[in-house]
Amino acid sequence: MSASMTTGVVPGPRKDPKVAAALGRRRKRADLTLRVFCIAATVLGIVLLASILASLTWRGFAAMNLSVFTRMTAPPGSEGGLLNPIIGSLIQALLGTAIGTPIGMLVGTYLAEYARGSWLGNVVRFISDVLLSAPSILIGLFIYQLLVLPFGGFSGWAGVAALAVIVIPIVVRTTEDMLQLLPNTLREAVVGLGSPKWKMIVLVCWRAAISGIITGVLLAVARVAGETAPLLFTSLGNNAWSINLTQPMASLPVTIYAFAGSPYEDWIALAWAGALIITLGVLGLNIAARSLLRTRH
Amino acid sequence: MTENGAATQASFGGVQARSTVVLNAPRIAVRNLDFYYGEHKALKAIDFDLPERQVTGMIGPSGCGKSTLLRVLNRMYSLYPGQRATGEVMLDGRNIIDDATDLNELRAKVGMVFQKPTPFPMTIYENIAFGVRLHERLSRAQMEERVEWALARAAIWDEVKDRLQTSALGLSGGQQQRLCIARTIAVRPEVILFDEPTSALDPISTLKIEELIDELKRDFTIAIVTHNMQQAARCADQVAFFYLGELIEVAPAAQMFTAPKHQKTQEYITGRFG
Repeated sequence: MSASMTTGVVPGPRKDPKVAAALGRRRKRADLTLRVFCIAATVLGIVLLASILASLTWRGFAAMNLSVFTRMTAPPGSEGGLLNPIIGSLIQALLGTAIGTPIGMLVGTYLAEYARGSWLGNVVRFISDVLLSAPSILIGLFIYQLLVLPFGGFSGWAGVAALAVIVIPIVVRTTEDMLQLLPNTLREAVVGLGSPKWKMIVLVCWRAAISGIITGVLLAVARVAGETAPLLFTSLGNNAWSINLTQPMASLPVTIYAFAGSPYEDWIALAWAGALIITLGVLGLNIAARSLLRTRH
Repeated sequence: MTENGAATQASFGGVQARSTVVLNAPRIAVRNLDFYYGEHKALKAIDFDLPERQVTGMIGPSGCGKSTLLRVLNRMYSLYPGQRATGEVMLDGRNIIDDATDLNELRAKVGMVFQKPTPFPMTIYENIAFGVRLHERLSRAQMEERVEWALARAAIWDEVKDRLQTSALGLSGGQQQRLCIARTIAVRPEVILFDEPTSALDPISTLKIEELIDELKRDFTIAIVTHNMQQAARCADQVAFFYLGELIEVAPAAQMFTAPKHQKTQEYITGRFG
């Protein structure tokens, strides 16, 4: 060790101002390049999204009138509406969420409160995450095998079941995340009063995490409201009025799928109207979910 | 050196300890206590008593084991797999670290107040009633009486009596901490553990909590972990100094801050390390 290492003299050649300036210019060029790429990509994304929303709004509003909400689907040229698919979608999405939410909440609670770091918990979490990103048509086929073939036909219940399967992993994830966010000192404070664990979870943890969990549920509703693939194999669609869940049931996404691919002008217009209704509904749910999350803090 | 109880003249590091102290009979007796976080031994052969209806201050540098010891006294560590204790912690003739101990019953008897205020997401009234309902069945009127008593004992009744039905999350940090103290005493414990109860509070709130602790020891046996030497001197009747998982010295506060027996204690109290 030379003495200079310990006496504060900087080792190596003296600083060259020219080199420093050149390095500074290079840094600015790199910064500019990256910034241009980022902005270009953002603009591309926004333009694409805006053009989709613009044509949807344009063509959707053009096709929108009162009969869309008051009449059944009808053969081409006979002035039909979308009443049965709107009601069918509402029933299936709400029932699917109603069935999927408690299951998802309990699984999420198990993961966050009982199975932290345990082997079984990790397996359950992994499976739930796989389910979260599984192609929804697989879920449709699964329910087709499970509920459609054995019970002799397409039905609203099968559609509800398929949507519930999609809801579960979404609610599992948000419930677990929201419970994980709670500080451990809160749990210790409850337990420190002599509370059994289940009261801690039900009376304090759920209550503290509830707005986050509701947000997840709203997002799940938004997701299943727009699902087509799982319904094609389960509730199929129905051109007549039916709220009988043992029969095939109409839904907006499936109707849009059928109408948009048809050669008839009035069906195509109805498909646009239906797409706009779903989009506005999903948008509304997303805004509700976000404002709920914001009021939490 | 005089026995417990003489007025203090000199003091170390400018810390003035309370002057007269005769330690009462032990309420909790810790004997040969070892504690493990997995493989790591965090407490080594701890032996000491917590005198009844007096305040025991536990001091020492970070990681010395004082908070760990506090969490043994109400078995809080049992929430976490891999943490275990061996030895004896005697309370009312029972070794509380036995597996057979009813933890809910123990924690009703040994309450705890945490470093950060932890109000529950419910109304002020419900925050207090929550703990009481776990152990007692009271009529509405009895419950209201209990809630008022607890809030008054915690010196916060006047500030919240007109807003009992509003969320406890809207209180200030100092108020939340006093609410947590009220919640703890509402269960009518016999021992209260304070884990650095004022380290997240401003000086005025700190002063209120310290006065409160001084007042509470008429009825409760108290243990307080603190990083603040002045606080230990102001609040404690007995002080225990921990270092690297060992109990280096335990003595009446007056003696601890005027004539510590151990070199390490003296260095820590005078701020030479820690």
